[in-house]
Amino acid sequence: MTDWTDIGALEDIPERGARIIKTHIGCIAIFRTAENEVFAIDDACPHKGGPLSEGIVHGRSVTCPLHNMVLRLDTGLAQGADSGAVNTYATRIESGRILLDTAQLRRERVA
Amino acid sequence: MPKNLIVIGAGMASGRMLEHLFETQPGVWNVTLFNAEPRGNYNRLMLSPVLAGDKTYAEIVTHDANWYESHGVTCRFGEKVLRIDREAQVVVGENGAVPYDRIVIATGSNPFMIPLPGHDLDGVIPYRDLDDTETMMSLGARPGARAIVIGGGLLGLEAAAGMKAQGVDVTVIHVMGHLMERQLDEAAGYLLKKSLEEKDINVLTSANSQEILGTDGRVSGLRLDDGTELPCDLLVMAVGIRPNVALAQEAGLAVGRGIHVDDAMITSDANILALGECVEHQGAVFGLVAPLYDQAKVAAETLGGRPAAFTPKEVATKLKVTGCDLFSAGDFAEGEGREDIVFRDPARGVYKRLVLEGSRLIGAVMYGDTGDGTWFHGLIKDHSDVSDMRDTLIFGPAFQGGAPSDPLAAVAALPGDAEICGCNGICKSTIVDAINGGATTLSDVRAQTKASASCGTCTGLVEQVMALTLGDGFEVQTVKPMCPCTPLTHMDVRRLIKSRALKSMAAVMQECGWTTSCGCASCRPALNYYLLCDWPGEYQDDDQSRFVNERMHSNIQKDGTYSVVPRMWGGITTPDELRAIADAADKYAVQTVKVTGGQRIDLLGVRKQDLPDIWADLNAAGMVSGQAYAKGLRTVKTCVGSDHCRFGTQDSTGLGIRMEKALWGAWTPAKVKMAVSGCPRNCAESTCKDVGVICVDSGYVLHIGGAAGLHIQGTEVMCTVRTEDEVLEYTAAVVQLYREEAAYLERMYKWMDNVGLDHIVERVVTDADSRRALADRFYYAQKFMQQDPWAERTKPAYRALYAPLADLTLEAAE
Ligand code: SRM
Ligand SMILES: Cc1cc2nc3c(=O)[nH]c(=O)nc-3n(C[C@H](O)[C@H](O)[C@H](O)COP(=O)(O)OP(=O)(O)OC[C@H]3O[C@@H](n4cnc5c(N)ncnc54)[C@H](O)[C@@H]3O)c2cc1C
Ligand code: SF4
Ligand code: FES
Repeated sequence: MTDWTDIGALEDIPERGARIIKTHIGCIAIFRTAENEVFAIDDACPHKGGPLSEGIVHGRSVTCPLHNMVLRLDTGLAQGADSGAVNTYATRIESGRILLDTAQLRRERVA
Repeated sequence: MPKNLIVIGAGMASGRMLEHLFETQPGVWNVTLFNAEPRGNYNRLMLSPVLAGDKTYAEIVTHDANWYESHGVTCRFGEKVLRIDREAQVVVGENGAVPYDRIVIATGSNPFMIPLPGHDLDGVIPYRDLDDTETMMSLGARPGARAIVIGGGLLGLEAAAGMKAQGVDVTVIHVMGHLMERQLDEAAGYLLKKSLEEKDINVLTSANSQEILGTDGRVSGLRLDDGTELPCDLLVMAVGIRPNVALAQEAGLAVGRGIHVDDAMITSDANILALGECVEHQGAVFGLVAPLYDQAKVAAETLGGRPAAFTPKEVATKLKVTGCDLFSAGDFAEGEGREDIVFRDPARGVYKRLVLEGSRLIGAVMYGDTGDGTWFHGLIKDHSDVSDMRDTLIFGPAFQGGAPSDPLAAVAALPGDAEICGCNGICKSTIVDAINGGATTLSDVRAQTKASASCGTCTGLVEQVMALTLGDGFEVQTVKPMCPCTPLTHMDVRRLIKSRALKSMAAVMQECGWTTSCGCASCRPALNYYLLCDWPGEYQDDDQSRFVNERMHSNIQKDGTYSVVPRMWGGITTPDELRAIADAADKYAVQTVKVTGGQRIDLLGVRKQDLPDIWADLNAAGMVSGQAYAKGLRTVKTCVGSDHCRFGTQDSTGLGIRMEKALWGAWTPAKVKMAVSGCPRNCAESTCKDVGVICVDSGYVLHIGGAAGLHIQGTEVMCTVRTEDEVLEYTAAVVQLYREEAAYLERMYKWMDNVGLDHIVERVVTDADSRRALADRFYYAQKFMQQDPWAERTKPAYRALYAPLADLTLEAAE
């Protein structure tokens, strides 16, 4: 089951930037790439919890602001020599609005 | 008995459908064709050539009166359909109702008009039909006529180029950072902008329209949100289209963004079909004709009672503007398992990028050389396996052992008058002449031309010019490239930015032959700095290419909170400032209040969403950001000096404050720290600062190139001066020289190691003209840099960025 929830407008996020949303399972970082794609991942780096929403976005990756681990936005996987992963959440864009599948958040809590 | 078919809209899609219909089912249908436009089917795509004067309307008519007559079509042109009455099975036009057996809705789309104040003035038009085209053409007859086009997409640019061809002075206003952002990436967008500017079309990107201005009910100009006012006689809005669903919606058909149709092009009513830009098929809407032609065929088959299904295919985009060769198809976003192949030829202005996923090509963007576009488009559409051709794919089907991307391409592309050596003003042709005259080694070239004989930072470029001129006979020393995106060094790139007047990141990446499409976390911050330094007031700082601390104007802590350090000029504070700091610490529950090693106070552990508020409070008490996070001026430490100290020779505190007030805000390659000590006892530790001043009876000894971090480095003495004013002029000059010559992240002492103290003394001390010019450039840049980032970011537009986008804590917990 999916539950698409409107979380804001695409323009609210700077190009190649991110904003966070608060949820009961913690902060989720919502990224916008140069190609106007939107991705949602946990806002905590698997290394030492760095806020990924503050990293530099390049292509479909973000570099963690604390110690430069590079994570993919689409898979949540660490790149290069590093290992580790963050949760990813499904999003879509409809008429300039960003929708997040909040059903995933409930599953996350039950699990 | 022929059945009644009513077609609503005589556009590109319905025209094609009627052709199929009469071919496959002659005599079956009795067709009535309504069209709101007072004419029949014509080739809408060709309006741009008509506008540019390359074609006439007569040449683009696709179906003439004879054709309609011979197929027995009842034409009701210039008549809008008002309503579909499904119960009575009639279509109601402005001149009366017609009964139907079947309907085909092909109403296309409506141009979207941004509801800016003034959008309803006379002379504000969309670009959709022949009338709009004629309005634009008539402008060309008026000498000195000016037009503005809002929207830098396909249509907007065709409108702009067409009007330019009619002699109109045209400005394009585009809200995004680069043109045609949906079809092109930044590099291709940059090349396109360059070609349009060469045609004398003004292009403003990242420009937000605020209000359309008018006099006596007619458009007279446009105001942007930065206050710029542009006069115009006509304003064309080309910002997008919306499927024209009004009729269908009112008739109660299923409608989303467009009219819902199934694979057979049937709407939620079995007797009504729809096709073209007005439909929505499996969530997708359409804006180019290729898929509409497929739909036309399917709709004709469906009407004939034969099974047929529409399957969407990848579409390709081409811009119909002479001299702007671009092509884009498929999906070119990066992704897991996707690989980019980028080819750039700066000399020919060519850019090609292919995106592969596994063994398939899924996207292609190209500019300048689009000859292979159709071939690539075919590979994308057919899902061909390209793994065998992978290495040479980008060279196209005619590949003849094509050369790999040439690391010398950027230098090869330089014109003869491009300056290679900034210190001595030597351009490429001078070096080439020397080589052709017999110079074969670097020292020959240095001796004969003086190129790279001063600071030496252009050595790499000089060697590349030699390699190009001498061919295989010359070995270029292998030097460390800036990052994996380019074979060039930091210094090469800095020189090229200046000599080629590259003013945007996309320009640098294209003209220097970057091998990636948009750089990486290592080159982007460097390029952002170089551009900001070299083009003050012109280049727009890119927040997204800055590390977190500089983007947030605070230092991030290990727990994700931030530290806030207000400036304390020269280490001097007041009871009022201290009270304001104490109040702020209380109000925002600051975890730690610490006196820093830089003679000021650090408030540690502030939450991100509180930053704008705490800044506003500190601003209100007269304090500004201490930029404790910046690759810029940090602190000017001082001692108590002649005001209080029994040894003090000069007012070290006062001078330190003057220096900090003059220098704050400047971005530098790495951080810059300064100090002023009142006598050689050096209580302010001037001899381990980037710039240190030691006061003596006769004046001021200027020290440079010290540091005391990872590496302890004592300063070198640059010179001694007599007055405070001189201290300021020399300091500004040496900082500017460092700004202009150092590599990003290179602290002043490292730069000094590379270029030598002699070079610095020569430029800052010995040569007074050079010193004054450097200081002038520094102060010019300061006009743009000395804006308190806190004050800027407490404004509402910025504030939002510090708050969460949404709070779902309650929602999801339900
Ligand atoms: C706050 C402070 C320590 C303190 O509590 O006193 C400090 C704190 C940091 N220093 Fe420092 N340095 C501080 C004075 C110094 C000094 C002493 C000085 O300035 O007189 C030095 C040695 C002098 C020098 O720089 O040459 C110093 C040498 C460094 C270095 C090594 C620099 C180098 O080139 O070797 C770094 C690392 C860097 O910049 O890359 C660094 C980096 C940092 C950073 C910014 C690390 C970071 O990126 O997060 C720390 C930020 C802490 C925070 O969250 O606020 N800090 N740091 C001092 C702030 C001074 C100010 O008011 O702005
Ligand atoms: C200047 C320009 C250049 C273009 N260039 C290209 C290009 O290079 N390549 C490309 O692929 N595409 C291009 N396009 C897009 C392409 O023209 C459209 O995709 C295509 O025309 C859509 O066809 P359609 O039949 O759905 O709608 P249209 O061609 O717009 O036809 C719809 C018709 O329905 C009529 N109508 C609407 N409502 C009613 C009503 N209630 N009663 C009666 N009639 C009604 C309208 O007056 C209109 O004539 C261009 C478009 C423009 C405007
Ligand atoms: S440097 Fe000299 S003048 Fe300044 S405080 Fe120290 S002893 Fe006094
Ligand atoms: S916390 Fe992200 S790299 Fe260390």
